[in-house]
Amino acid sequence: MKDISIVLCGEAGQGIQTVEKILVSVLKRSGYFVFAAREFMSRIRGGSNSTEIRVSDKPVNSFVEKIDVLIPLDGKAVDHVKWRIGENTIILGKKEFIQGKSGKTFEVPFIELAKEAGNKLYANTVTVGLLSGMLSVDFSHTKDFISDFFKKKGKEIIKGNVEAAKKGYEIAEKLVKENKIDFKIKKNEKAKDNSLVSGTDLVSLGAIAGGCNFISSYPMSPSTGVLTFLSSKQEEFGIIAEQAESEISAINMVLGASYAGARGMVTTSGGGFALMVEGLSLAGILETPVVIHLAQRPGPATGLPTRSEQGDLLFALFSGHGEFPRIIFAPGKTEDIFNLSRIAFDLADKFQVPVIIMTDQYLLDSSFLTPSIDVSKYKNKKYIVKTYKGYKRYKLTKNGISPRGIPGYGRGLVVVDSDEHDEEGHITEDLDFRIKIVDKRLKKMDLIKKEIESPELIGNKNYKTLVIGWGSTYYGISEALKRLDDRDIALLHYRQVYPLHPDTEKYLAKAKKTIIVENNATSQFARLIKMETGIHIDKSILKYNGLPFGVEEIVKEVRKIEKKEVG
Amino acid sequence: MDTKIFDMGKIDIAWCPGCGNFSILKILKDTLSDLDIKPEGLVMVSGIGQAAKIPHYLKANAFNGLHGRALPPATAIKAVNRKLVVIAESGDGDMYGEGGNHFLHTIRRNPDITNIVHNNMVYGLTKGQASPTSMQGFKTPVQPGGVILEPFNPLAVAIGLGASFVSRAYSDDIKETKEIIKKAIKHKGYALVDLLHPCVTFNKFNNRKWFKEHTYYLKEEHDPTDRNKAFKKATEIDKLALGVFYINKANKPFEEKLVAYRKNKKPMFEREVDFEKLENLIESKKG
Repeated sequence: MKDISIVLCGEAGQGIQTVEKILVSVLKRSGYFVFAAREFMSRIRGGSNSTEIRVSDKPVNSFVEKIDVLIPLDGKAVDHVKWRIGENTIILGKKEFIQGKSGKTFEVPFIELAKEAGNKLYANTVTVGLLSGMLSVDFSHTKDFISDFFKKKGKEIIKGNVEAAKKGYEIAEKLVKENKIDFKIKKNEKAKDNSLVSGTDLVSLGAIAGGCNFISSYPMSPSTGVLTFLSSKQEEFGIIAEQAESEISAINMVLGASYAGARGMVTTSGGGFALMVEGLSLAGILETPVVIHLAQRPGPATGLPTRSEQGDLLFALFSGHGEFPRIIFAPGKTEDIFNLSRIAFDLADKFQVPVIIMTDQYLLDSSFLTPSIDVSKYKNKKYIVKTYKGYKRYKLTKNGISPRGIPGYGRGLVVVDSDEHDEEGHITEDLDFRIKIVDKRLKKMDLIKKEIESPELIGNKNYKTLVIGWGSTYYGISEALKRLDDRDIALLHYRQVYPLHPDTEKYLAKAKKTIIVENNATSQFARLIKMETGIHIDKSILKYNGLPFGVEEIVKEVRKIEKKEVG
Repeated sequence: MDTKIFDMGKIDIAWCPGCGNFSILKILKDTLSDLDIKPEGLVMVSGIGQAAKIPHYLKANAFNGLHGRALPPATAIKAVNRKLVVIAESGDGDMYGEGGNHFLHTIRRNPDITNIVHNNMVYGLTKGQASPTSMQGFKTPVQPGGVILEPFNPLAVAIGLGASFVSRAYSDDIKETKEIIKKAIKHKGYALVDLLHPCVTFNKFNNRKWFKEHTYYLKEEHDPTDRNKAFKKATEIDKLALGVFYINKANKPFEEKLVAYRKNKKPMFEREVDFEKLENLIESKKG
C-alpha cells in the first residue's frame, strides 16, 4: 500500500481538528507526506464532521473517497461516512460506535484509556498515539510534539497527555504485532523539508509577500481565515486589519486605503462579494487597485455555508455594472496559491485594476505539504509616483495607464471620482471625452493580456482527450489521470481564468475530445471558454453536492466517458 | 493663508441659485485658510448628491465615492496616512440614509476626521423626495400624503453612541458656522457637524424664514462634556439648538490605536515588506 487514508469523524467540538493538527505534524516530522481535508457542518456543537488525513511516501494533495482507517467519535459517525467504508476499512472505537458495522472493527475504549492516564479529556491524545503507533512512528516524535503542543498548559497536563498517547501507541503496537493491522509506508526524508500549510495560510502569506498592508473585511466562511491570519500579523508586518460593519464598508475602506497609497485587500465569500459589487465597479472607474479574495461556498444566497463549490466564476467575471478590465486568478497548486496571491498585488498596482483570487472551502481548509517557498529574492515594485503642480490623475496616455499619485506625496492634487471625470478627476458630462476615457480604461486590457498566467499541461503533449480544470481541482484531477495512466489523456489546468490565455484555442483544437471537470452544476468555465473562443467543450463532469471531488470519482467518470477499461 | 488657494477658477456649479450649499462652500474655504490647511494636505471625501459635489468646487485632494459610502474610505485614508486632514462631506440622504450604518460605526471607530452633513431635510438630486430628516407631514411626489416616518435624529444618535464631537450649525449664520467647523476640524477624533441649510427648490416648508424661527444658539454655560444634558438638548425638536452639543475626549482616535503603528510610524505607502521576517514565518511552517 502506497498511501493510507485515515478518517476521524464525530461531533463539532469533540476535538477532531486538534487530533488532525497534532497527527499531521507528528507524521510530517517523522518523514511522511501528509494531506488533510475537512468537511463540517455549519454549527459549533453537535452534528457530524469529518477530517481525512492521507499519509504517503510521496506527495499527496487531494481528497480520496476510500477510508483505510476510521475513528468514529460518536454513534452517528460510521453512518455519516458509510458510503466510503469498504470491507477492508479498519474501524477503531468504542464498542457502541462500531457494533454491527461493516468493515474490520476493533474495540478501543479511548475514554477509559484517557481516564487511566488521568483525565477523560485526554481521549484525543490516545487517538494520536494510536494512529502514530499504527504507522510505526518513533514514539519520541509523538512525545516531543505533544510536549511542545501542550507547553503552555503546564507539566501535569503534558505528562497526562504523553501517558495517554503512550496507551494508544501500545494498542497499535499490539495490533501490528498480531498482524491485524499492516500499514507499511516508506518514509521519505524530503517530507521534512516541506512546509505544512493550509490554503488559507498560502493566500495570507502570498498577500504579505505582495505587500498587503491593509485588510478590511466582514467575517464569512470560508474566507475568514485570511482576515484572522493577517490580523494576527498586524504588529509584525505593519498591517492595518479592520473588521468592517459590512462588506460594503470593507471594500469602500480598502479603496480609500489604496487611494492613499496602501496595498489593500478584502477577503469574502459569495454573499459578501455580492454586497461588494458596487464597490468593485467603483474600483473600475477610480482605477484604484484592489485585491479581492473570493472564497467560494455553495449558493445561492446563504447556501451551504461550510461546504465547497466553484459556483461563482461567472458571477466574478460579470460582477460590477459598467465596463472595466479585471484579472481573475484561480490557483489550485500550493505554489500557485502563494505566488498568485502575491502577484495579485503587483498587477493590481501596475494596471490599477481589481484582481480577484478565487478559492473555495476545500482549498482553504485543507492542509498541504508544499515545497519550501523562497522569498529572499523578492522585491516589490513601486508604482506610485510623486505628484507635481498640475498633476492629473487620469492623464490620457498611449497605453491607458495614468501614473498614479496619492494625496500628500508631492505638490499635486489627487482627485478621484465615481462620476465620469476629466483628466484631473473632476466630474464631467463631456460626452466626447467620455469615449476617450472609456477607451483609456479598456486599453489596459491589452497590457494585461500580455501577462496572462499560462495554463499547465500535465501529461502527454500528444493527447487525444483533454481534461480541463481550474482552481481547487488541480491535485484531484492530476492524481486521477495518474491512476488512469493513459497516454491519450492529459490535463489542462487554468490558474488564471480571466483573461483567458491565448493558447487555449490551440490546446483545445488538438484534442479529439474535451472534458471539463468543475465543482458546480452549470459548467461555468466551459461557458467562459465558449464565450472567449467559440469552442464547445464536449463533455462535463460536474459535482455540486457541497463536497470536493474524490480522486476515485474523477477516475470513474473519465472512464465512463472514455468507454474503455484502463489500468 | 489666502482663501483663493481653494478656488477652482471658472467652473460650472450644479447647485440652484440661492442654495445654502454656496454659503457652506464659502464658509469651508474661509475656515480652511484660517486654519492654514493646505490643499495638498487635505482630502475631501464625499458620496453622491448635490452636497457631495463639493469636492469639485474646492481645490484639494478628493475622493468622491459611492452614494452613502464616504465614511469608510475617509476612515481608511486617515488610517493609512495620518498626516492628512480628512473631511467627509455629503448630504443628509447620503450620510444618514444610504450610509446610515457607516455613520453608526464610524462614530464607534472614532477616526480623526470631520464629518460635515448638509442637512436640508429633502432629496435634491433625485428631485424632492423625503430624506431621513424630513419632518412628519412633509409632502413630496413619493409621499403625497405627507411623510409618516419619525425623522432621524443624528445628534441624539451620535451622542447616544458617545461620539467624540457633536455639533449643529446653520448655513446662513456664516460667522457662527465657521467657528463650529473650525472647532470640529481641530478636534482630535470623529467630529460631526450637522449643517442645516435651506433647499430653495424642493423644500418650501423648511425655508430661510422657518430656520430663523426654529433655531437658536446654545448658551455659553452649556457644558459640552455633560452627556445627559447634551442628549436632552438633541432630543428637543420644536426649536433646534445650534452649537457644540457634546465633546467626549475619553477615546483616542482610531488611527492612533492601530497596532500597525506601534513599531513603525511611517504611513503605509512608505513601507517595505520585511522579507526576512516573512522567511522566518514560512520557515516556522516546516514544523
